[in-house]
Amino acid sequence: MADYHKPLPTPIPDTQPFWDAARRHELLVPFCLDCQRHFFYPRRLCPHCLGERIEWRKASGRGRVYSFTVQYRAAHPAFAADVPFVSAVVELDEGVRLATNLVDVEPDPAKLRCDMPVEVVFDDVTPEVTLPKFRPVAEVER
Amino acid sequence: MSLSREVAIVGVDESDRIGIVPDHTPIDMLAEAVRNALNDAGVAPSEVDGLFTAGAAPMASVLVGEYLGIQPRVTDSTMTGGSSFVIHIEHAAAAIHAGLCEVAVIAHGETGYSNRARGMRRAFDSWLPQGQFETPYGLMAPAPAYAMAAVRHMHQYGTSSEQLAEIAVATRKWAMLNPKAMMRDPLTIDDVLASRWISYPFHLLDCCLVTDAGGAAVVTSAARARSTRKKPVWVLGTGEAHTHQMISQMPDFTWTAARQSGERAFAMAGVGREEIDLCEIYDSFTYTVLVTLESLGFCGPGEGGAFVSGQRTAPGGELPVNTSGGGLSYTHPGMFGIFTIIEAVRQLRGECGQRQVPDARIALVNGTGGTLSATGTAILAVD
Ligand SMILES: [Zn+2]
Repeated sequence: MADYHKPLPTPIPDTQPFWDAARRHELLVPFCLDCQRHFFYPRRLCPHCLGERIEWRKASGRGRVYSFTVQYRAAHPAFAADVPFVSAVVELDEGVRLATNLVDVEPDPAKLRCDMPVEVVFDDVTPEVTLPKFRPVAEVER
Repeated sequence: MSLSREVAIVGVDESDRIGIVPDHTPIDMLAEAVRNALNDAGVAPSEVDGLFTAGAAPMASVLVGEYLGIQPRVTDSTMTGGSSFVIHIEHAAAAIHAGLCEVAVIAHGETGYSNRARGMRRAFDSWLPQGQFETPYGLMAPAPAYAMAAVRHMHQYGTSSEQLAEIAVATRKWAMLNPKAMMRDPLTIDDVLASRWISYPFHLLDCCLVTDAGGAAVVTSAARARSTRKKPVWVLGTGEAHTHQMISQMPDFTWTAARQSGERAFAMAGVGREEIDLCEIYDSFTYTVLVTLESLGFCGPGEGGAFVSGQRTAPGGELPVNTSGGGLSYTHPGMFGIFTIIEAVRQLRGECGQRQVPDARIALVNGTGGTLSATGTAILAVD
């Protein structure tokens, strides 16, 4: 993609299903059949018990902002045109956390707060790569 | 391990110049610092049989050994980011305690400022966990990661930007007393709050400097320490721990592995928090100091904001912290850990002139590396 210069993920076998699902606009989270827990990021062995009986489960896509920041100074030139923008760590209802960007929201700390409810949206940044991102939802919608 | 006056730090120094040193590479700044620290100790280079360094190059200790003409019996390139050199104290103490080596050098050199000026940029491996799950979202530098941790602390405990700024102001007051510090103009809380945003809630003056500098420390046995130039600074207790590598994997943004490394260091040293005369705590950001003070048990969880208020950590305050001026105002080439050791040793020897903490006998040093990931704590003392 000629006009997308930001760093992109390179999937590996353990993560390929996650990124393939994202392209289908689905959020998959690995679940360990041995200890019956979700975990994230995807990897060969469960970080809770080192079990390898791992199943991909579709996540609700709902969660809450564990924390966020508004970046005013790009750490990488490819993000220079985006500042200010919001990076965040979201805790999914399934109990796992992932890094993301918050979208459809003003990049204003006064408009953001920890624990605010969010839902996943899918940003097709290139024909090959879709990045799961999150947008605020009203508390009553939950 | 019990270390009651078995292992001592006997030499410390920086490179000849620190700050902006565009004609130097990381390795030659490291080499200068090693020579200077050995001179400070009065120990010959030929006596060095343990080499501890991190990050100056791949296979860092192997390259540094070649560069300095040292063929060590104990080699250690343990790389845990800015905490590396504090963690090296524990490794060196263990090696000396076990009789594996007698004179260990811990060394670092880095040219963060000049790398930036030369347009050198860190490469990101896009297949690594961070490359896949954080970098695409603009999370590839320390500032936004530490900033998110601070935001969570503010949310949970009501910690304020003013309280974070207290740390920057107190640290600057120490720097104003240190001729080697880069930033020596007076600073107010309002100045910090008025400085430009980097990554909310951090203003520019909540963030450490980026400089060029080298630093080194010489660690040896009690027996060898009897005939070094200056009085030994004993390693009473040490601890190391890490909880995660990338920020999205941090178990809880409001405490760090300093809980574990600190608890072990205090237990090994057999001293209490109230006995600590001064702390040298890696201040990559103002929040790093606040969360580390809490994690070390100087105050309870969530109490850090109130604890640092009223300039408690400034000259004349109840708990002197970062008496060199820290990474915020003295120097910070990229991984600050070695400089916490250098300043603690100088304070305990009474060499600090205007910024000397009166009757300093026991000091705590703490380094944090990665994204609040890996910490090392050491408790040092003089007789
Ligand atoms: Zn498991």
